[in-house]
Amino acid sequence: MGQNADYHSTVSKQYRQLLKQCKVNLDRNDQELPAAAEDFGELLKERGVSRRAFIKWTSLMTGALMLPPIFKPALARAAEQFSRVPVVWLHFAECTGCSEAFLRTSYPGVADILLDTISLEYHETIMAAAGDQAEKCLEQCLHDFPGKFLCVIEGAIPLGNNGKYMRLGPKGKTGVEIAKEVTSKAAATICIGSCSAFGNIPAAKPNPTDCVGVSKAIGVHTINIAGCPPNPVNFIGTILHYLMFRDVPPLDGLGRPVWAYGKRIHDYCERRAHYDGAEFVQQWGDEGAKHGWCLYKMGCKGPYTYANCSQVRFNDGISWPIMAGHGCIGCTEPGFWDTMAPLEKQIHEDTFGGGQATIDTIGTTLLGVTAAGIAVHAAATACRHRDNKSETK
Amino acid sequence: MGKRIIIDPITRIEGHLRIEVEVENNVIKDAWSSITLWRGIETILKGRDPRDAGLIVQRFCGVCTYVHYEASIMACEDAFKVKPPPNARIIRNLIGGAQYLYDHVMHFYHLHGLDWVDIVSALSADPKKAVDLARSVNPDPYNCSETQYKAVQQRLTKFVKSGRIGPFANAYWGNPSYKLPPEANLVVLSHYLDALQVSKIGAQMMAIFGGKNPHPQTLVVGGVTSVMDALDASRIGAYLYRLKELRDFVDRAYIPDVLIAAKYYKDEGLAGVGGGAKSFLSYGGFPLDESDGAMLFPRGIVKAGNLAKPLKLDEAKITEEATHSWYKGSEPQHPFKGTTDPEYTGYDATGNLKGNEKYSWCKAPRYDGQPYEVGPLARLVVAYAQGHKEIKPLIDNTLKATGLPATVLFSTLGRTAARALETVYVGNHIEGWVNELVANIKKGDTRTWTKCDVPKSGEGRGMTEPPRGALGHWVRIENSVIANYQAVVPSTWNCSPRDKAGRRGPYEESLIGTRLAKVDQPLEILRTIHSFDPCMACAVHIIDPQTNEIKKYKIL
Repeated sequence: MGQNADYHSTVSKQYRQLLKQCKVNLDRNDQELPAAAEDFGELLKERGVSRRAFIKWTSLMTGALMLPPIFKPALARAAEQFSRVPVVWLHFAECTGCSEAFLRTSYPGVADILLDTISLEYHETIMAAAGDQAEKCLEQCLHDFPGKFLCVIEGAIPLGNNGKYMRLGPKGKTGVEIAKEVTSKAAATICIGSCSAFGNIPAAKPNPTDCVGVSKAIGVHTINIAGCPPNPVNFIGTILHYLMFRDVPPLDGLGRPVWAYGKRIHDYCERRAHYDGAEFVQQWGDEGAKHGWCLYKMGCKGPYTYANCSQVRFNDGISWPIMAGHGCIGCTEPGFWDTMAPLEKQIHEDTFGGGQATIDTIGTTLLGVTAAGIAVHAAATACRHRDNKSETK
Repeated sequence: MGKRIIIDPITRIEGHLRIEVEVENNVIKDAWSSITLWRGIETILKGRDPRDAGLIVQRFCGVCTYVHYEASIMACEDAFKVKPPPNARIIRNLIGGAQYLYDHVMHFYHLHGLDWVDIVSALSADPKKAVDLARSVNPDPYNCSETQYKAVQQRLTKFVKSGRIGPFANAYWGNPSYKLPPEANLVVLSHYLDALQVSKIGAQMMAIFGGKNPHPQTLVVGGVTSVMDALDASRIGAYLYRLKELRDFVDRAYIPDVLIAAKYYKDEGLAGVGGGAKSFLSYGGFPLDESDGAMLFPRGIVKAGNLAKPLKLDEAKITEEATHSWYKGSEPQHPFKGTTDPEYTGYDATGNLKGNEKYSWCKAPRYDGQPYEVGPLARLVVAYAQGHKEIKPLIDNTLKATGLPATVLFSTLGRTAARALETVYVGNHIEGWVNELVANIKKGDTRTWTKCDVPKSGEGRGMTEPPRGALGHWVRIENSVIANYQAVVPSTWNCSPRDKAGRRGPYEESLIGTRLAKVDQPLEILRTIHSFDPCMACAVHIIDPQTNEIKKYKIL
């Protein structure tokens, strides 16, 4: 009993200290960051977000970032500072899907405002200037905000052909050159999407241009907002965390923020009960598909994939792939085009012998269900180990 | 020799594009268009399960998301010899239709708008006069009031005062080639801000049946997976509700704003600025029944502006070659037989493109040996020349209302107007598709997938008309895996470098003769290039994986 009380007092003391530090950080941000172009309170009013709705949002976001409720006011301040952080957004070997997700994703209320008011000092998809004038925008930002801006990178970096599969700007610089130049002056580097995080599609076998993620290409630490494309809410939360703690959020071994990528799709999937009840879609459009049964046998990679898609969904929470009847393809995991392929087939057979038979017989006894559950977890672990190896080799 | 101007990066597009022009007395004499990134996705496809190809090639491009997914699935269905059931065809059209609506809106305002609109000039507009101007082209303009326009001006003023105008920094404000009066600039700017919200609605429409946007995940060879959404009346309702909102914006903002632009830029349209070679190609898109024939956009060719003599399209005449591309070889090849072997030769000593040699990662597609423009203008011109019963009156009525001749179509302005007109045309049809889906389900047909399996070997092609123009994917299957994959995409047609005979690609040709008001501000170049809606990522994957080996390159 007494031990327990000690524990609680220690924890709450630690949190209070952390909160104190948080306030110091936010004060420092207030002094260091450039002034806001628009007043946050007015923006909320303009968009019809009430004070009450805003407070509700801070509770949700604080919880999502795995912080106790005493951090709500600090998070509210971080939200106010959000639009003041200068952001340089670079495009390398990519498809602009992450930018599109960012520009076109909608959330009710506050998150939408944050996405709309972010200070993009350089972003080729939306900036008015081009050529020399665009280059000047970048130089200006590096000059005005050294060590203060966030560098966001979309796209992998090709190393093959001396990096010359990609040459950018009036001087025809390579991705490696630009990435080194910009990240060396940035406060932190955030990789948005699986390409900049892990290489992703251009790095899929046989990786014709020798593409790699940013961290591997230039040896800097990056925060990896994985996904193809990722959910922009994971980006927002990460920046808020950065503002509050002036540090990167806790990351997993692959550089992904734990608060967003710490849970497995499978464990929070709306179809999970059907998995446990051994109700599986057997072919596209069958009766099971019409009733929303589990897509495991259609190759769903939810059991091997760590992300919060099932909880936050996409496009104003309207849907996500499993809701649309297609299995997860594992897009937040490194090397998924190879390790999860074929994407519409079960892959556990080679990592976990005899899995097919196990799945077919489960549901007969409760014990069977539990065994299969454990089996899949084991397969997932094996798969993740394999990913790590292939990525770090 | 004139002065060489380099614009790199071309911004407000997807991907990495470099344009170089030679200018004499402010007039463009010659032009080179170069794609500066290569990823080699076709190489990556070799040896994979063909059913994975759609999800992979979708990552060609996140702006024209979905369309490569669809073309790839169509190519596989051709090779698997399977036909999706009617519900699947309709759901694909619903996803593709949503794409047209939001993509064209986003292009006009966010990617192209700032070539027409001087936002700094909007600050000096009289909000009351702006209301009058907006009402002169539409009786009930979108989000139009003095209060709204004043609020937009205040918001912009605050931005300018803060000194942090983000994406609006360093642009060409005040350039004499901006022709709109302050009030018109204000009206369009106000809609630029509205469109940020509106285009999200279109993305939601796509997500209802597609799972998410960008990169939906619902198509499979033989059909679609979102059967639960199709059977759920509330999902259909959610889609229709958003369709109404989006079409409302198109009718009361997008179209009137293009008409305003047409009013003030008509002289350039009449002079044919940005017109190019006037040869147009369309593969046809949005199948309307199971017959393989009836399509919303017809298939065909118009050669050298000859509207009186539309031609039939013969797929066998499509070729690509690489004389001026960073790949080996110079002989034209049909996509089924194409070879691609990278040969990078870099820039010249002064850092310019080597215009007489190889200078782009983009190949040169040709039809019957000639370059062709693809996209909204191509689709409408082909349909117009064929006397299409809906598209011809749509164009004729617009021309009549603006008092402009049909020749105005062959210009930068015409290209931009065509995009707006076809948004209306597609929008008019979507609700009918929804009704067709509902009627079909009510009849008891709930099929969304036709059973099929990967053949041991086979060959197939998927040809369609996504927003940016004619798109074709060609797949060859051997031993049940992909042996060869080729995509000839809209921006490859338009961004094409010169061919063996020295014929320029459509971007290049369209720039010739354009006068720059200020040589150090490439505004007119951006306006014409953006009118094609460039999207480069997809255009640079044109590689035939005959061999997985990547050769050593000589860096010059």
